[in-house]
Amino acid sequence: MGVSTQTGGGGANLSDLVVVAEEAGAHIAPLPLVDHMVASRLLATFNAAGDDVVSGTAVAGLALRPAVGQVVRSVPSGAVAEVLVALEEDRLVAVRGGAPLESLPNHADLPLAHRSLNGSEVVATGPEAVTAYARAVDEWRTLTGSLLVGAARTAVDLGVAYVTDRHQFGRPVGSFQAVQHGLADLPGLCDGARLLVAKAAWAGDRPGDGIVDVGDNEITDFAVLAAMALIFAGQAAVQATDRSLHYHGGYGFAEEYDIQLYYRKTRGWAQANGDPARECGRLADLLLSDRGTA
Amino acid sequence: MDFTLSDQATAFRSEVKALLANQLTDDMVDAMHETGTFNAPILNAALADAGLLAGAVPGYGNRDPVELYVLFNELEKAGAPYDGLAVTMLVAGVVHALGTEFHRTEVLEKLLTGRHYCCLGYSEPDHGSDVAAVTTRAISEGEDWVIDGQKMWTTMAHESDWVLLLTRTNPDVEKHRGLTMFLVPMDTPGIEVQPVATMATERTNATFYDGVRVDDRWRIGEVDGGWSVMGVALALERGVMGGTNPAVPLLRHVREWAEKAPSPDGGLMIEDPLLRERLARTAIANQVGQLLTLRAAWVAATGGLPGVEGSMAKIYASEAYQEVVGWFQQMAGAEGLLGFGADEAAADGWIDYNARHAPVTTIYGGTTEINRNNIAERHLGLPRVR
Repeated sequence: MGVSTQTGGGGANLSDLVVVAEEAGAHIAPLPLVDHMVASRLLATFNAAGDDVVSGTAVAGLALRPAVGQVVRSVPSGAVAEVLVALEEDRLVAVRGGAPLESLPNHADLPLAHRSLNGSEVVATGPEAVTAYARAVDEWRTLTGSLLVGAARTAVDLGVAYVTDRHQFGRPVGSFQAVQHGLADLPGLCDGARLLVAKAAWAGDRPGDGIVDVGDNEITDFAVLAAMALIFAGQAAVQATDRSLHYHGGYGFAEEYDIQLYYRKTRGWAQANGDPARECGRLADLLLSDRGTA
Repeated sequence: MDFTLSDQATAFRSEVKALLANQLTDDMVDAMHETGTFNAPILNAALADAGLLAGAVPGYGNRDPVELYVLFNELEKAGAPYDGLAVTMLVAGVVHALGTEFHRTEVLEKLLTGRHYCCLGYSEPDHGSDVAAVTTRAISEGEDWVIDGQKMWTTMAHESDWVLLLTRTNPDVEKHRGLTMFLVPMDTPGIEVQPVATMATERTNATFYDGVRVDDRWRIGEVDGGWSVMGVALALERGVMGGTNPAVPLLRHVREWAEKAPSPDGGLMIEDPLLRERLARTAIANQVGQLLTLRAAWVAATGGLPGVEGSMAKIYASEAYQEVVGWFQQMAGAEGLLGFGADEAAADGWIDYNARHAPVTTIYGGTTEINRNNIAERHLGLPRVR
């Protein structure tokens, strides 16, 4: 879908993909959708996607961290990616085969696996490869931000439905102001995250570098906005699922209620690319370098 | 979604920025903290003379209505004194939406000269969040109304030409249905203004109304229809007219401070990983505050009343501001307590000032709790419990 029509794809841009990702997130769809979109777009940049990847017959995935000793660790789509793309020093490489395999047991039920890059093929090398990989990780940040927005949205809906239905002390739990106020903080966070994700995608679809003027709160740079989108959507989703689970009472902790799935999945998406606080440190480096107007 | 402002709004923003770069002086900013009056008459007049105020009234003329948001966002980001202008433009918006020809000629045209001001007379000593319960009475006497009562937090009353005054005209019906709004000239006999000092340099006022007689032409909206006037006024106030990007100038001040201030661990504070993380989180909050506000402005610009959207913007921005101010004040250590004029004050006292100012931001214009009620009931559909 996200690959250009010239290479056999649907020609969707990042802003289009954000809409799809939010719906996938709203249903915590057990699909490596974002990883596949991002990896296939990256491969297509170098005409290396292959028909099976473009058509979706073969699942593509992206290692978010550069390889260390020919191994990429805790790849979010590692257990299912039949074509895995990774950065090895300044070489963009793809390894075919090696999946599906059993996921590592994990908090978020993500198809996480460590993968070896043995037998990989080089897709591109040098600054061009490094730049394209960085762009792909920023696309992953943006689209994963959108997954988180969708999941946060559903978490709020589940919480509202539950407290409307559940009665204690002779009235709906949702009629208690303490509960109402805990939930009322969440739509603003969800909407703020959705707007930030949409702005990041908008910036990503525009040519050239954008503006980074932190002193004037004027930011149109894709890399900066993508980092912000993932950090903030992660924070919003973590808080939304936390409150919603809590207002489910003991049932929120039980496997038969879906909120615990949202709770765990959002934590996975929010930190699959590393500690959000460290991502803030990286964001600070981008913000304080003052590149100004492009 | 397109995050580009229209060409017209972009040009408007450039004009506002250019005017601020030329006209906003350190003296004006110092004066606001010395006098407690957060208003810069020279700046207001310059904005009006450049034609930039008329553009900021929603629906006035053929300007892009987003310009109201643009004007106040630029004033707020620049750290300019704008509270006086904000209230004035809010009243201009109410008059434009609901006023009569008389109000337009007598009030709106004058407000747009940047040389006349308004204040808001909603809260009373015993009625704040429950504002529909106000007891200031307006009693009809022939063509006139006679008003008696007291209002609190009438900021700018000592400089104002008019007060937008919420009164009770019918005490025998449900509280929301017995209210009427007036624009009362402040030079009407019977009005007294008493100053109220605050912990953050700004002066506000208590105002007293003793047999204040105005004719019916000063009524705005229907008799007993004051609550719908409040709806328009509050939707304009929450989110759209500044107050949702206070951490933009704060971030500038903290950054300037951190680039020079030594860290207790050696090196400079700007190299401290926790400070850098927090600067980044502040920059994110500033973007989110701006986007939520822009959405509320867009709703207003397309003919809606951004009640829920304004509540979301206001809750988010004010809560985030308080959180980040708390971080930076503590990270500045003892020097973070030092105020304007103190030797060695962190960020020349701006951190202390922001820490003093932050508490009021979750109170004025509707408390966080009132805004949460609004979202819980009108957006989430939870049962109304009051």
